[in-house]
Amino acid sequence: MTTPPPDFQFDPIFDPGDDLTARVRRVRDGETTVSLRLESMLTAVDSANPSLNAFHEVLADSARATAASIDARLAAGDDPGPLAGSVIAVKDNFCTTEGHTTCGSRMLENYRSPFDATAITRLRDAGATLVGKTNMDEFAMGSSSEHCAWGPVRNPHGINRVPGGSSGGSAAAVAAGISDAAVGSDTGGSIRQPAAFCGCVGFKPTYGRISRYGLVAFGSSLDQIGPLARSVRDAATIYEAMAGIDPNDATTSDLTVEPSLLDGPFDPSSLRVGIPREHCTNRNHPGVSERLEQTIDALRAAGATIVDIDLPLTDHGISTYYVIAPAEASSNLSRYDGIRYGYRADPRPGESLETLYARTRSEGFGPEVQRRIMLGTYVLSAGYYDAYYKRALQVRRLIKHEFDAAFTKCDVLLGPTSPHPAFQIGAELDLLSMYLNDVYTVNANIAGIPAISIPGGMVEEDGETLPMGIHLQTPAFCEKSLFRIASTVESMLRSD
Amino acid sequence: MTSSDSSSPPTLEDVAKVASLSRLNLGEDALDSARNDLLAILKHVANLQTLDVEGVEPMPKPQDTVNRLAEDEPGQCLDREILLAMAPKTEGSFIAVPKVLGEGGA
Repeated sequence: MTTPPPDFQFDPIFDPGDDLTARVRRVRDGETTVSLRLESMLTAVDSANPSLNAFHEVLADSARATAASIDARLAAGDDPGPLAGSVIAVKDNFCTTEGHTTCGSRMLENYRSPFDATAITRLRDAGATLVGKTNMDEFAMGSSSEHCAWGPVRNPHGINRVPGGSSGGSAAAVAAGISDAAVGSDTGGSIRQPAAFCGCVGFKPTYGRISRYGLVAFGSSLDQIGPLARSVRDAATIYEAMAGIDPNDATTSDLTVEPSLLDGPFDPSSLRVGIPREHCTNRNHPGVSERLEQTIDALRAAGATIVDIDLPLTDHGISTYYVIAPAEASSNLSRYDGIRYGYRADPRPGESLETLYARTRSEGFGPEVQRRIMLGTYVLSAGYYDAYYKRALQVRRLIKHEFDAAFTKCDVLLGPTSPHPAFQIGAELDLLSMYLNDVYTVNANIAGIPAISIPGGMVEEDGETLPMGIHLQTPAFCEKSLFRIASTVESMLRSD
Repeated sequence: MTSSDSSSPPTLEDVAKVASLSRLNLGEDALDSARNDLLAILKHVANLQTLDVEGVEPMPKPQDTVNRLAEDEPGQCLDREILLAMAPKTEGSFIAVPKVLGEGGA
């Protein structure tokens, strides 16, 4: 594979004084305008995207119109919302009326959504300027953003390395500074693992906090929307703009979404931090282990109580996930039949409808998507349902019980987001090694609890300096605590 | 399925049946490779069989919440023209498909 030379510059470690929150403030204070900010961002996208392939489509015209409208409202003394002044990138599995919604798949290459996802409507209502659609593993199935019909996404920290996945384009865009923040989706770690690989913050809320209406469905009992951002406070602001009950998604919770950071960070001395033994094994890259130890030491030194936790079902999570997610995907993706929308194979004379379905799906879906549809169909079929699908749903409850028990002993669980830093593009990991990327993140989706990855420092591998992520998890609907704790850990790691 | 219990590994015939149920058109090589993938994944997920799940209620979604029903009121729906414009092939105000009855045909 030929590697295009990197022709962009970026700051490998974010300046804490220059996050989205600070940028929005500068626009409000009249130091700059959204339109000016957008133009410089579009120039940066033009320069960086040929190397990174972070964006599939840049929505320059609609973004300019939005920016001009927000500038006009600010000039008139209106309040266009907490995200007014920000430029945000959107993973290409969010339905948007502007541009295409391809999900990184030939199946939806020409698809234009007639409606906006609820999360998109809420971002717009909060004043965000949406700059473009980011590349991803096809239908969000992958951990490297290599399984994208529009080519692999590259990691700004190492141009020959993957950005993680499936929200790899969103993570690369934030890391490279070609968007202030981004939104992604997380079914087994698809926000948090790319955030860790690219040195950003990535947050997945409790299942039910953010409406999935207009998010192209993958695993409906696992999918959640969340932000990728430059700081914990940015992630909290974007989350709060999107969260809350939605009549179009019956799984959304009616619990109040509280402002997360009004009370400031947590006092570490009042914190019980649980360290799962199963997340500190020798499968971790030595640099990842070292950074994890340093984080634990810093918390201990600040007065936090460190508690050893056992999560013996950690490894069973991957098995549970690779039954439940493909089962749900095989059902969700049955809608792509070439009839109502999306790709249709060229019809052949005398061909039956059934044959047209099968050719359409075999030509439109990539290999990983077909593999998961096959697996899902297998585990749901007669004779196998009880042994695989039903059993996985039973183990899901055991995993939830395991978390419930852990949270009686600690306020937060802390570990690495991924066992290793970003790997090389085309590393040809075998199937299971690729799936094991999500070993520390997937159980949060299975149990539906909120989790965040924050930059945990840099590690060395093969002469390259790469980011790693620290992963924090709290009980369901405890986003406020999670953000406050994450903010505390973020400050500690920054002052290291 | 030809193998009627989960302890026997899927045969090529099983995999062909799964492909047919999945509405996927896999050639011989693709079926063989799909079988190998399936065997590798099933071998990995076999660790689920070692856990005692006797009496554990299956958990189809992460919270034991009760479904919330919407009011039975008509809502907005998309215009026919918008929906038809998304279809790969149309005839007049209909979506065109191959013949469903008889011998088929495009």
